[in-house]
Amino acid sequence: MNDTRLLAILLVFAPLSLISFGGGQAIIAEMQHQVVDIHHWMSGPEFADLFALSRAAPGPSTLIAALIGWQVAGFAGAVMGTLAIYIPSSLVVYAAVRWWHASKESPWRNALERGLMPLAVGLVFAGALAVLEAAHVSALQIFTTIVAAALLTYTQASVYMIMAVTALAFAALQFV
Amino acid sequence: MTAELSAPKPHVPLLELMGVFFRVGITSFGGSTAAWLYKEIVERRGWLDDDHFLTALTLAQVLPGANPVNLSIYVGSQLRGGIGGVAAAFGMIGPPFVIILILGFLYRQYGDSTMAHAILAGLAAVGVGMTLSIGVKLARKVRKPAPVAIAVVLFVTVGVLHWPMIPMVLGLTPLSIGLEHMRARKRAS
Repeated sequence: MNDTRLLAILLVFAPLSLISFGGGQAIIAEMQHQVVDIHHWMSGPEFADLFALSRAAPGPSTLIAALIGWQVAGFAGAVMGTLAIYIPSSLVVYAAVRWWHASKESPWRNALERGLMPLAVGLVFAGALAVLEAAHVSALQIFTTIVAAALLTYTQASVYMIMAVTALAFAALQFV
Repeated sequence: MTAELSAPKPHVPLLELMGVFFRVGITSFGGSTAAWLYKEIVERRGWLDDDHFLTALTLAQVLPGANPVNLSIYVGSQLRGGIGGVAAAFGMIGPPFVIILILGFLYRQYGDSTMAHAILAGLAAVGVGMTLSIGVKLARKVRKPAPVAIAVVLFVTVGVLHWPMIPMVLGLTPLSIGLEHMRARKRAS
């Protein structure tokens, strides 16, 4: 039983690892679809909770794979999720770095650099939409998202300051 | 410090390499990893020069995978080969892995309380805000009509219409890189 689950974790995360252009936020949409709609490992709001945890914690947001793996198959699942999300992309990076330094004159270097950018942009926005959909968001959350995005884009505000203030505000509203 | 291109690579012990990434992994939050690594690797230790680090940053961003982990693989493998990449990545992922499992444990214990739900709802909203802000910053570098069209098509099909992501990305990646290659050739001729 657990072996099938570990295999399922591997099969969900390893392919996503290879296409995570632009980092973890790029594959959130497909991850949510696989975890919630296809495998029914958790509900949409639970997925949104794990997303929030992975964003509040230090380290890359792709560590959500460890949280999902843990939820599905315990500690072994967490390890499997982590290895499956990092090893495939890391092998690609390793190979690409070697190729990069071996082919200084290649015109493909620039093409690769520029060509992958629009894919990252499309996927990142798709990821934001996926989490908003999964979380069944309230008007207050949408407002918070917009304010946070504006602050992070146009000011030097620290993410952790914004998170701390938001957590306090949402907690305080429980008493109103 | 001399910045000769052919400067010999400094000898970096594996443990020291892992230690640097370990420290950065545990202290850097959100998008600040690159800034911390720059301070440790270029300014303090001189393991890489400025240009080299910039290449590392660009590649880490455009290639698949989490940026901090990709940076670790790049720097580690440049300094000590494949094993160096493994050591650096392990140092970078190890501490956050433990921390997130502790958070996951707390979530299982207290995740059902209304208070925990309220706080997580707020944090998820900020998390989406972070994602949007990364998207906006990346989007500024995409100006020409064809790349913009590719970004929009990918967003609409995968984000709005829920088409499967993997075939879409596999189809659009060669198209996008090929277009850039053709444009560069046209400019050159």
